[in-house]
Parts: sequence; C-alpha cells; structure tokens
Amino acid sequence: MLVLDNVTKAFKTGTFGGGTLPAVRGASFEIRPGEVTSLIGESGSGKSTLGKMILRLTPVTSGTITFEGTDIATLKGKPLREYYRHVQGVFQDPFSSYNPVYRADRVFATIRHSYYPGVSADAWHERVDKTLESVGLNPVDVRDKFTHQLSGGQLQRILIARALLLDIKLLIADEIISMIDASTRVDVLNLLANLKTRGLGVLFVTHDLSLGNYISERTIILRRGAVVEMGATPKVFDNPQHEYTRMLLTSVPQLHKKWEAESGAEMEAMGATSPGQDRGRPGRYSKSSLHPLAGMRDRKGRRAQAALHEQDLAEGLLRTDTYLRTHEEVLPLVEIEEDHFVATSTGAR
Amino acid sequence: MGLTVDHLQVCYRTLRGDVKAVDDVTFSIEDREIMGLAGESGCGKSTLGNSLVRMDVRMRQLGGHVELDGKELPISDSRAMRDFRFKEISIVPQYAMSALNPTRRVGRMVAELLKARGFDYKSALPELERRVKLVGLDADILKRYPIELSGGMKQRVVMVISTLLNPSLLIADEITSALDVSTQRAVGEMLLEFRDRNFVKTTMVITHDLSILAQVADTILVMYAGKLAEKAKADVVINNPLHPYTQLLISSLPDVGIRHDEHTLVGIPGRPPPLLNPPVGCRFRDRCPFAFDRCTDEPPFVEVKPGHSVACWLHADGALPSGGV
Amino acid sequence: MTVLKTDEAAEKAGAPDAAVSAGSGKPRRFEFLYFALRNKKLLLGLSVVVLFVLFAVFGPLFVQHPMLNYYIPFRPPSSSFWFGTNYFGQDVFSEFVSGLRESLLVGLLGGCGATVIGMTLGFVSGYKGGLIDEALNVLCNIFLTMPVLVLLILVAGFLHHTSGLIEGILIACTTWTWSMRAIRAQTFSLVSRDFVGLARLSGEKSRQIIMREIAPNMSSYLLLVFILSFGGAILTAASLDYLGLGPTNGMSLGIMMQQASDWNSLQLHLWWWFVPPGAAITCIVGGLYLANVGLDEVFNPKLREL
Ligand SMILES: Nc1ncnc2c1ncn2[C@@H]1O[C@H](COP(=O)(O)OP(=O)(O)OP(=O)(O)O)[C@@H](O)[C@H]1O
Ligand SMILES: Nc1ncnc2c1ncn2[C@@H]1O[C@H](COP(=O)(O)OP(=O)(O)O)[C@@H](O)[C@H]1O
Ligand code: SF4
Ligand SMILES: [Mg+2]
Ligand SMILES: [Mg+2]
Repeated sequence: MLVLDNVTKAFKTGTFGGGTLPAVRGASFEIRPGEVTSLIGESGSGKSTLGKMILRLTPVTSGTITFEGTDIATLKGKPLREYYRHVQGVFQDPFSSYNPVYRADRVFATIRHSYYPGVSADAWHERVDKTLESVGLNPVDVRDKFTHQLSGGQLQRILIARALLLDIKLLIADEIISMIDASTRVDVLNLLANLKTRGLGVLFVTHDLSLGNYISERTIILRRGAVVEMGATPKVFDNPQHEYTRMLLTSVPQLHKKWEAESGAEMEAMGATSPGQDRGRPGRYSKSSLHPLAGMRDRKGRRAQAALHEQDLAEGLLRTDTYLRTHEEVLPLVEIEEDHFVATSTGAR
Repeated sequence: MGLTVDHLQVCYRTLRGDVKAVDDVTFSIEDREIMGLAGESGCGKSTLGNSLVRMDVRMRQLGGHVELDGKELPISDSRAMRDFRFKEISIVPQYAMSALNPTRRVGRMVAELLKARGFDYKSALPELERRVKLVGLDADILKRYPIELSGGMKQRVVMVISTLLNPSLLIADEITSALDVSTQRAVGEMLLEFRDRNFVKTTMVITHDLSILAQVADTILVMYAGKLAEKAKADVVINNPLHPYTQLLISSLPDVGIRHDEHTLVGIPGRPPPLLNPPVGCRFRDRCPFAFDRCTDEPPFVEVKPGHSVACWLHADGALPSGGV
Repeated sequence: MTVLKTDEAAEKAGAPDAAVSAGSGKPRRFEFLYFALRNKKLLLGLSVVVLFVLFAVFGPLFVQHPMLNYYIPFRPPSSSFWFGTNYFGQDVFSEFVSGLRESLLVGLLGGCGATVIGMTLGFVSGYKGGLIDEALNVLCNIFLTMPVLVLLILVAGFLHHTSGLIEGILIACTTWTWSMRAIRAQTFSLVSRDFVGLARLSGEKSRQIIMREIAPNMSSYLLLVFILSFGGAILTAASLDYLGLGPTNGMSLGIMMQQASDWNSLQLHLWWWFVPPGAAITCIVGGLYLANVGLDEVFNPKLREL
C-alpha cells in the first residue's frame, strides 16, 4: 500500500543552513493493509521524521514514498487533500493536538467542512456518534467539552475517531500512548490493534519493544535514522539478531523480571564505555550514551535542539552524533530467515 | 529513622474552594529504602512530593505533621524550610530536565547553588567529578550548557547535583517519564546505585509507571484521588495486590511477551474524581467492579498483613489489631 | 533542587487550575473578569484612557467659542474660557478638544496600521519559515536600524501638505517592526504544536490555519501588542507635530505644544496653554502602558495573585 524506497531526510542546521543532520538514512520498507507495523527506536532515531514525511508535513530529501502507485511528493492542492482522505495521523501529545481555544469536538467539524460539505447536520451527527462509539467513547461524555475536561486517553481516541470519519487506509500513530495514563493506555492500544480488522494499515511508532510486540504484525527497528532490523514481529521479538534490538529489549522495564546486567561484549559492540565497572557491573548507565541526543522527547527539548543547531553550540556530543550519522555506513539488510532482515556487513550470521 | 508523614493534609486554594490534593496521608520510609509512589494523573502524587519540600503560594497545609530523622519538618514555613532544602531534602521536580537554566554552564550553576547554601565549589569539585563519572558521564560535562545535553544526560546531571550533599531524603518526581526505554533503565539503575553508595538515605520515587517501580522500589505506595489506597513491599504489590484499584492498574500493563491476539488486556474505565468536591465513601467506588453497599462509607487505611496496608472494605475486617502503619 | 523549578513547573502548576474549573467554557471567562476587575493597574489605566476618549467624543458639545475666533489674548482660565486664551486670543479649550480628537485618531490609525502590518508579516514569517522568513527578517532589520524619526522627518518634509491621515499611515509604515518581531516569535512556537499539523491533515489552507488556528490563540497577546502600538503612535505623532511636521492645517496636542513653545508661553507664564496638551499626552500614554501591564498580569496565570 505505502512503499518507502531509500528515503533520506537531512535537516539543515546552523544559521545559514551550513550543516546537515541526516535524520533518516536510506529507509526502505512497506506498510501493508490490515497490519500493524511498529517502528521502534530510541528517541532521535528518526521515527517522527519518517512519520512526518509520510504525512507530507515535511519534504523528503531524497528517495520516494509511493502510496498506491503514486509518488506522494507530486501531490498538491486537491490530490493532496484526497491523499489525506486516506492517510491520517495521530500524534504524541494529546493536549497539544487540540487547539485550546476551541472545544474538542471541533476536530470533527473541520473534517466535515473540508471533506463532507454536502452532508446534512443530522446525518453528520449520527455518523460522528457512531464513530465515537466504535472507538469506545460515549458521545455524551465528549460532546461540547474542552480539552482540559477530558482525559488523555479520551483525547487520543477522539483523534482516532476523527481519522476514521474519513475513508482512511493508513493511520500513522506517533507515540500516541506515551503521554497518557497507564490505566487507559491499553485501551488505546487495543483500539489500534482492532483497526486492522477493518483492513486498515497502521504505523505504530514507539520506543518500547514490548508495546510493539503486543499489537503489531511487523516490526521495524530504526537506529540513527537507518533500519537495522525488520520482519515479522514474533521473529524479531523472539529471535533478535541485531545488538541494538537486544539492547532495546533488555531495557524494557518489566513487572515480573528485573533488569539484568547484559554482557559487556554486547555493550562494547555498541561502542559504549563501561563506567560502572568499579562495582563489577559492566555497562551500567552506559546505554543512553549510545545516542547523544537520546531522551530529548519533550517539546522544550526539541526546541532546545533546534536552538542548539542554530547557535552552533554543537561541539563534542552533537558532533559525534552528526559525525556518526554522516559517516557511518548504512549496512544492507540481509534476509536471515523468511521475513526477517538484519543489517550486517558480513551477510547472514 | 527515615521519614514519617502523619495524617498530612494539603490543599490548593482556588476560586471555587479548596482542592484537597493530599488528604489524610500517613506513611513512613525507612533508611536505605526506596519507596515508589504510584497512581493515575491527578491523584496528588506531585502535590505530596512538593509539599515536603516547598509549598507553592497556593498550597496550604491543613493538618498533620512530618518528621525527618526524628526532627519535625516545618513544611508550611517556607523560610524555615530553607535550612533543609538541598541539604536534608532534595527534589527533582517533574520537568526538571527542561527547567535547567540554558544560559549557564552546568559547573557554574552548581557553584552558585553551593555558594547560596554556604558551601565551597572548589572543595566539592573532586566529589562532584567523581559522581559525574560514576553515572557514566564525562567530567567535561560541567563545562557544557544544558542544551548541549540529551534528556537522559540532563536527568542524570540533575540527580547528581541534587544529591551532592548526601541528603536524607530524595524526592524524584516522574524522572523517567519523558525518556525512552534505554535511558529509563540508565536513570533507574542510578537510583539504586545512589542508595547502595549511601548518597541518599531515603528515596521517594514518584511515577505513574508501575513497571519502573517494580525495577527500583522496595516498597510501593498507591494513591488514589488524594488518599492512600495500598502500601506494601514492591513484590507484594506487584504479585498479590489487595486493593481493586491496584489490581486493575497492574492487569492493564502489557508485560513483555504478551500479544494482543492471544491475551487482550483491559484498562480501567472512567477517570479519577475531581478533588474539589470528592464523592463521599470510597473514592474508587464508581469505577470499582467489587463495590458493595458498605462502600458508601469511607474505608479506613489499615494494616491487614504485616507491612501491607489497604483502604478497602473488602479487606477491612482482616485488619491487624494494632491498626495504622 | 529549588533552583531548577522555573517556568515549566509553574506552567504545569497553572494548568490543573483550569481542570478544576470543569463545567463549560464560562468559568474561564468568568475567571478573566474576576482577575480583571481586581487588577488596580488595569482599572486605573483603562479609566484614564476611557476618560480621555469620552472627553474627545463629547467635548465638542461643550465648546462655546469656535477655535478660529479671536478674543482677548493671555486670559487665564475662567468660567467663560475654561482653559483660558492663548497668545493670539484663541480659546485653548476648543483647541484642546479638537487637538485631542486628532491625536487620538492619528494614534488609532497608526496603532491599528502598525498592528495590522506587523501581524500580517509576523504571521507569514512565523508560519512559512525558511526563505520567506529570512527575507522578511532582513526587511524588518532594515526598518529597525533606520532611525525612524529621521525617516519620518524626511518624508514629512518632502510632502508639502500633510494631513492626519497621511501622518497616521506614515507612522504605521515605520513602526510595525517590533510588533512583527513579537508576533513572529509567538507564531513560531504555536506552529510547532501538533494541532497545526492536524489542521494541515484536515486539508486547511495556510491562510485558514493562520486565521482560525493560530490567531485566536494569540488574541490576548494581539490586544497587548495593539495597546502598546496605540500608545507608541500617539507619542510619535506628538513628537512629529512638535517638530512642526504635523498636519498642515489642523490641530493636535503636539501642534498645541509646538505653538506654545514657539510663542514663549513658558516665559510668558501662559501655563494653561501647554499644560493641558502635555498632561493629556502623558496621561493617555501612561494609562495605556499601565493597562498593558495590568492586562498582562490578568492574562498570565503566573503573574496572578489570589
Ligand atoms: N495549582 C493548583 N491549583 C489547584 N489545583 C491544583 C493545582 N495543582 C494541582 N492541582 C490539583 O491537585 C490534584 C493533584 O495534582 P498533582 O499534580 O499532585 O497530581 P499528580 O498525581 O502528580 O499527577 P501527574 O501524574 O499528572 O503528575 C489534581 O486534581 C490537580 O488538579
Ligand atoms: N525540524 C528539525 N530540524 C532539525 N533537526 C531535526 C528536526 N526535527 C528532527 N530533527 C532531528 O532529526 C533526528 C530525528 O528526530 P525524530 O524523527 O524526531 O526522532 P524520534 O521521533 O525517533 O525521536 C533528531 O536528531 C532530531 O534532532
Ligand atoms: S471499598 Fe468498595 S468501592 Fe472501594 S475499592 Fe474496596 S470494594 Fe471497591
Ligand atoms: Mg518522536
Ligand atoms: Mg505529577
């Protein structure tokens, strides 16, 4: 349905666009209808950038994204609007996804205004109510409410309902549960998983492998903008081949199992130092030094990042990161078993 | 000795009346203990944490008292609390990461902070550098500006700074929530390390993520709508929770390896009640699948097994004679 | 770690306040009124300005002596000549009334114009970003570094016949820079919010997004910008007039001051000639400034006190 072919995104950095930061490097994959595909990686690995490119909110630097045979970069005006009829997104922060000056249900009015101007008010109301019910909301609970009167889970579900009002075929869900309460997270997850029974394709973006495993059919692991492993979820999850995938997996906080110290060799492979050594626990704390900008997930952080590029304060860390992004080779994906690809320099292991 | 909180009540003054965000809370944390405080958004976790350190202008203490190492904490007297902050009690507030002053180098910021408390930066520097290295950062970081650091690095720096004077109590409010899993792990392990090395005596970790607490906490305290719901050892809360709220919270977490098509989890319907005019009786009543007629009265928070306290009528009859915590 | 607790934490603390106000949209507005009515700066500033506006509107009803008639000069204020007469024997009160009207109108025109230009360019610059933004920024910097008063003097001197209208337009065209700066910065931060992205996904066009999504979020801010521009325009107009570059055949507070100083009213102790216009300008501009500070406190939950 949606095919990415060697997609690259390089952000201009520095005051006069002197430097570049490769946020996505040569990503190629496909999102199929009736499947949840999860896109997993640490913060800064380029997940949101990929999602934004698919949604045409930011242009691709090179490579192509084709949706049902048309290159989406060529869309403009009316065809672009038609594209949005089929491809929609929901973002991380439910509270910033709503315009605070309006009531929450205005998102439906906007859709009607743009896409269904002919539908009568009554018919539209009925349709909205039906869709709200299909995402597990009671229409009475959410109608005419302001965002601060609704919970994060309700807000995210309203946005999913908004997308469902269109004839969508693909939904991009960018970390949509990371800012909502644990008690409602799972309901939103279940809702996403159930969308595939309607024949929809879902791109589920997250940093938590266990969440990806919970709902998705296919998994794509992204590291520093490049795909390092992908394939059928059970295969990737049960038999992770890339060190990075394993590291992500062992970091997931589990209810019934404590984090265990991973082997020093693995850490070394990741190019990290082992500062915790004096306690005989190699590799402690070193994980996020893998990615100098890891963890900048909040809005402020993002702005700070932008400022960072702007003021060219970017010494040391950023330089290493940019350096790695720029110079580290994007390794080709090799199929090691059916529907399980890993980036390796030496071929299958 | 640790921290003892006794019948603490804290409210916010608003135009519409008092919002009782912490209502009659009693608990204690032992030395070397890491206590986790969990609950949904708006349950009063941050309010409880903040009230032990710094009362906001809109906050009022309505009752109760707090003791740290046997000394009474004058929590509603902001002036008197100055002597305790940073030296005895440190808080890493929610969003601390983005609150670092972006125009000051990290080292300079620490120097100013120490000076304000009458300490000398030069003499503290070796220890500071040692600790910075201990958490896996380069000592060079002190010469950087906060915006040059990633979220995880900032979070670690903030934690090193706030524990520099070996406080008795460290309150860490949602320090992992904005981080990705690998950084969460690094920060979580740092909490353990700090305890092991006696950098802090008692720690209170506030988060809505029970799985983080399962990794780092010794005991877990679950709050609901400003009140205590359950308190016990971490593994007891995770494996044998008694309060229906805790049970539902835990069963809604997708643990590693669970797949939707094989095992569909369910969340808790509804949301916590507003604290401006909370309902009478058990506050969880309208969401509780086990609610029965007795629940129109407020359940007491009682110890039902050694070290395990619950506020629920289902378990109130088995209360140990001593009662209280 | 008390030092670390700054904006963000306070912002967060402010938010639940709204959540408590559950109900409908009304509590918010009610809250605004509640704080507005208790803010002394706002009330004082606003009443001063309103007083002068009323005076300008209804003043002509009380004028007994037409401005162009000549009476006995140097008369101090009395019951028939409320503000006395000037060097030429003209009634200062009638001059004051028409001067006040003219000054307020020019200020309004200049303030509105500057706000509208600043808003348009600020919105476009902040929303589009990239090259357009850089170009507009260069333009803005040119206007910022140019001594505006000198430019105005040149242009006003070049045009032989200036009227209040031309003066207002001139002021608008030269003083929009800072309002553009302010609005651009605000737009920048709003554009990065997800609701703007969603609006694009809903097929809204740029103009619609700016008008419907971004501008309403800044309404309080735009009001503040307008008030400051208004005050600034009155002051600029008065300085132009004082330098003799005002409307060729009209009256304004600035022109009154100019004439008063040209004809040595200070030395002649004709205080009633220059005090009314001077005081009016000071009060109006001061009142607007005070109202601005007050409004800022009302709009900004961080500055509110209960
Ligand atoms: N400044 C304030 N004025 C009025 N009410 C407030 C204020 N700050 C918080 N509250 C209310 O107090 C209650 C508890 O808030 P608190 O911030 O302690 O929640 P929390 O458990 O830390 O939630 P989160 O997980 O979102 O951080 C909420 O009902 C909130 O609406
Ligand atoms: N607008 C932007 N300008 C410059 N760099 C950006 C911009 N947006 C993202 N980046 C950079 O691109 C990289 C990938 O970011 P992002 O896609 O947001 O990652 P993720 O969603 O995986 O956390 C990061 O290094 C980030 O700093
Ligand atoms: S007291 Fe009643 S309503 Fe409350 S948790 Fe227990 S059973 Fe449920
Ligand atoms: Mg992202
Ligand atoms: Mg909180």
